[in-house]
Amino acid sequence: MSAKSSTLAAPPALPGTRPEPGAMPTRAFDIERIRADFPILKLQVAGKPLVYLDNAASSQMPQAVIDRLVRYQTTEHANIHRAVHHLSETATAGYEAARGKLQRFINAREAREVIFTSGTTDGINLVMQGWGRKFIGAGDEIILTVLEHHSNIVPWQMLATEKGATIRVVPINDAGELQLDDYESLFNERTRFVGVGHISNALGSINPVKRMIAFAHARGVPVLVDGAQAAPHLAVDVQDLDCDFYAFSGHKMCGPTGIGVLYGRAALLEAMQPFKGGGDMIHTVTFEKTTYNTIPHKFEAGTPPIAAAIGLGAAVDYLSAIGMAQVAAHEHELLHHASERLRELPGVRLVGTAADKAAVLSFAVEGIHPHDVGTLLNQEGIAVRTGHHCAQPLMKRLGVAATSRASFAFYNTLAEVDALVAGIRGVQKVFG
Amino acid sequence: MIADPKGLYQEVILDHNRKPRNYGLLEHPSHHAEGLNPLCGDHIHVSLDLAGDNVEAIAFQGESCAICKASASMMTVAVKGKSRSDAQTLIGEFVAMATGRLDPQNSLHIGRLAVFAGISELPMRVKCAILPWHTLRAAFSAVATASTEADADPMQTPLGDA
Repeated sequence: MSAKSSTLAAPPALPGTRPEPGAMPTRAFDIERIRADFPILKLQVAGKPLVYLDNAASSQMPQAVIDRLVRYQTTEHANIHRAVHHLSETATAGYEAARGKLQRFINAREAREVIFTSGTTDGINLVMQGWGRKFIGAGDEIILTVLEHHSNIVPWQMLATEKGATIRVVPINDAGELQLDDYESLFNERTRFVGVGHISNALGSINPVKRMIAFAHARGVPVLVDGAQAAPHLAVDVQDLDCDFYAFSGHKMCGPTGIGVLYGRAALLEAMQPFKGGGDMIHTVTFEKTTYNTIPHKFEAGTPPIAAAIGLGAAVDYLSAIGMAQVAAHEHELLHHASERLRELPGVRLVGTAADKAAVLSFAVEGIHPHDVGTLLNQEGIAVRTGHHCAQPLMKRLGVAATSRASFAFYNTLAEVDALVAGIRGVQKVFG
Repeated sequence: MIADPKGLYQEVILDHNRKPRNYGLLEHPSHHAEGLNPLCGDHIHVSLDLAGDNVEAIAFQGESCAICKASASMMTVAVKGKSRSDAQTLIGEFVAMATGRLDPQNSLHIGRLAVFAGISELPMRVKCAILPWHTLRAAFSAVATASTEADADPMQTPLGDA
């Protein structure tokens, strides 16, 4: 199904309830059939079935994507956009078809608005280098939020240092929700750019990006959305959001590492300066002058990760066949169940309780450091992330050095939530 | 009940985590250093009084995981009353054991600290166990109570020269 809405399109199903007939897409969400698509989920870790709850860091790959990578390397590989021979044409067609799949997945107007990058970090850096260095100058202001991942902080700090610009930061409340009044009051005549995460990787807060974009646009300020945590979990529609840039990573959405997408509004991409120079991004080259290729090629210097792009195309085919609304509904059920169970546990505190939240649960276990929690859970086959989640300013704001984080994907089960809860109880027992 | 096949969270470690020995800061230490592991947020202070060549008093304080805290606690117990050079030897042997380069059975010095041998199988946690020892080494070479400069940063010290 196509991605036409930027919000959860289906109402969340509560545990034990059945949706009304016709309320859900026709294909039933069969969790066992889905899990069978992921060979890695059959692994045992420490002699226990793997319970993989680190999906915000990286997701697992279904057999269909693995098979697509193998088929490409086995029968289709050559360099793209160059030779006239059969394999080069096959590889080029596969690569550009993947671009089209990604265009449809985020509902971009045109395929040339989809730039293949190495990942979200690469996409944000591309905007900083290509747009920021050209259009942001001394005294200008960039608005970010305290929820940002380091990858949407550090590039802008580098730019601010170089240009003499200033970074202004949108605060949160204790639940981890952005404070929109403060956001709006940060704008002034020097505001040039806004960077905001769609979903917080550390807390799961879903930010009101559509409203924030409308406010910025009313003041002529472009907005970049870091969609690394959103593209895998809800239907993203860049036209509905009306964002100027949207960056995300393939490996968090069942695709390979080393590939990501930067969506950019065509007019902005055309106005930007190239970031990397080299082959494929040029039109003509002489030692006197080089003219640049059109978008998206202007931003894809050198041989791209062709196999990874084609693999990402297969990943969005896979996700679209399930349906992002189904994905979001199932993950919401997991979130609901996990939040309730963890709230019942004495000595466990949820960190981040935004009303609008994705299936990311940061938590603290009283008296036990997250690294001890993580090591002991691993001995039960349970994979969670522990640490600062590449969001040190956010950890400082929350007054914690680190948290444990369980982050879910559509292939996780309610039984795995229960395994996590039992695991945390076990950790508490070890520590007495 | 969680199994602990690596034997890491043994009672002696849990006990030192619950009731850390020599916990706090010495009032007027002759040597002090701060150890920071920015990746996981472990942050400890080690202060000591050297009387001549002897570690007369030692204390540690900080925020850290159980492995780091128990390692620091047991370290203070192990080096208190020892000569500086004996302490330096122990630092070297502990780091070698934690990184899997020394079998504790081949050491005359490791003793009860052998409970940390299993950490070598958990590469992501090795730094937790080692941080107090690097911080102690930094304290030995640091000016009294001065804050740790970059060149005394315990995590900047290559493991190989331990």
